[in-house]
Amino acid sequence: MYTEKVIEEFTNPKNVGELADADAVGEAGNPTCGDIMKIYLKVESDRIVDARFQTFGCAAAIASSSMATRMILGMTIAEAWNLSNADVVDALGGLPEPKVHCSLLARDAIRAAIDDFRTRGGLEPLERGSDCCCSGEGGCDSCPGND
Amino acid sequence: MNDQVERTLYMDHAATTFMKPEVVAAMAPYLSEHFGNPSSLYRYSGESRSGVETARGQVATAVGANREEIFFTSGGTEADNWAIKGVAFANRERGNHIVTSAIEHHAVLHTCEWLEKQGFSVTYLPVDEFGRVDPVAVEAAITDETILVSVMTANNEIGTVQPVAEIGRAAHDHGVLFHTDAVQAIGAMPIDVDAMNIDLLSLSGHKFYGPKGTGALYIRQGTRVETLIHGGGQEHRRRAGTENVPGIVGLGRAIELATADIEGHNRRIAAMRDRLIRGILGSIPDCRLNGHPTERLPNNANFSFRYVEGESILLLLDGRGICASTGSACSSGSSEPSHVLLATGLSHEEAHGSLRLTLGDANTEDDVDYVLEVLPEVIGRLRRISPLTPARTRMPEAE
Ligand SMILES: Cc1ncc(COP(=O)(O)O)c(C=O)c1O
Ligand code: FES
Repeated sequence: MYTEKVIEEFTNPKNVGELADADAVGEAGNPTCGDIMKIYLKVESDRIVDARFQTFGCAAAIASSSMATRMILGMTIAEAWNLSNADVVDALGGLPEPKVHCSLLARDAIRAAIDDFRTRGGLEPLERGSDCCCSGEGGCDSCPGND
Repeated sequence: MNDQVERTLYMDHAATTFMKPEVVAAMAPYLSEHFGNPSSLYRYSGESRSGVETARGQVATAVGANREEIFFTSGGTEADNWAIKGVAFANRERGNHIVTSAIEHHAVLHTCEWLEKQGFSVTYLPVDEFGRVDPVAVEAAITDETILVSVMTANNEIGTVQPVAEIGRAAHDHGVLFHTDAVQAIGAMPIDVDAMNIDLLSLSGHKFYGPKGTGALYIRQGTRVETLIHGGGQEHRRRAGTENVPGIVGLGRAIELATADIEGHNRRIAAMRDRLIRGILGSIPDCRLNGHPTERLPNNANFSFRYVEGESILLLLDGRGICASTGSACSSGSSEPSHVLLATGLSHEEAHGSLRLTLGDANTEDDVDYVLEVLPEVIGRLRRISPLTPARTRMPEAE
């Protein structure tokens, strides 16, 4: 069901791990959903110079985490904020429809990290979408979409 | 770690089995020369008719029933649907309540949920941490309105075997019919519908080395069951449609083979299962066995590995040639993990990290060795990626 590219990225993910001296850390998802991603960024003069991730999740989540960290390397903070999950899915050569939501995890974690970076720099966090694995459709107990 | 597929090792026999050569051989003539319609009058159809009737006898013998009590279906799903809807609609004037368990296969659960929309009421009994239904709870759930108790013989995910005879006794003590989904149990344990107080029993050919799309429902003589599939007069006018003759012949041969030496078969399979369980629990930290420690199918091993997700485990195993299954939601595209694992009290995280290995007749001790070699690497690798893994469990990269 997955493309060769997804399997390759999942089997040999890049940028796995932590950064002890990260300038920003972001996390998205929750174990109830079966997906969590934690991302660590190193930023120099507004550019992402290093990125590492840790992910608990399915193959699509791990592959998109790896792909997303590769894509944001060298980007400015603003560019990284605007990285959409569609960009990540395209770079992976597509994901099966029920798996597309898994790629939101990477976007959400990146945005959480950027907010952390802004907060550390004394700036207001930006408005970011939910970091729910079902994007707020109400799939699980912890979903902000269900009350 | 080398991701080349070195071999294909199938350990997902609860999902389906290969067909035994003897089964294929028994079916072959019915795929070619014996193509007659069993309902036709000319002698030429006699072979088809007797093929079906021989199979009916084989199934009856396997479960301790009379051949007139066996009805062929398109599989386990249809047998479950027929048993439950058929009893519900035929006994409506007697009551509208059904008792079942929280860990049934979806063929039972979704049927019960549909019946709720038709005005029936259903009690879904909880299970203990090992996945067992308590016969005392069954009895307590029965009301004046109860017409059917349906509890599976053995669970397809965690392999837990239910106290079926006691549950059947509880139902019968209150004049209530008892149905059991024995799809996973055929060939894994002796079945006797009389000794086990069973009125209706579902089975499926492809779980015991027979063909897919074949099954049967045992209906005890005199049980009121509405017909589900209307049409021609086949199956004593109770299940219409021209018979799947080759499939039925294969099912018959398969059930005969599967029940010929259950004890001997189990001894071999359970020895491998136990080595698998001991080996995995011994070599992988933060891991648990799901299901019952002893009351379980001889071929079933189901684990939860903390900090990792099941679909990832399956794909890395697939990369090493191992076919297995998981109760994680991510593999099914739904947002909830296995209802069975959650019913036994597992957290979502533990349910997402589950792996089911189900052994079969072609597996060998070498296969067990291979899984014991590969699985710790796979889990270690995913745990190195996971943010949930505590430092004490984070195994260092090999080499
Ligand atoms: C317990 C149980 N019941 C019912 C079924 C459905 O059987 P079938 O695949 O023949 O429709 C299965 C298998 O998928 C099963 O494991
Ligand atoms: S937060 Fe996961 S389904 Fe909603």
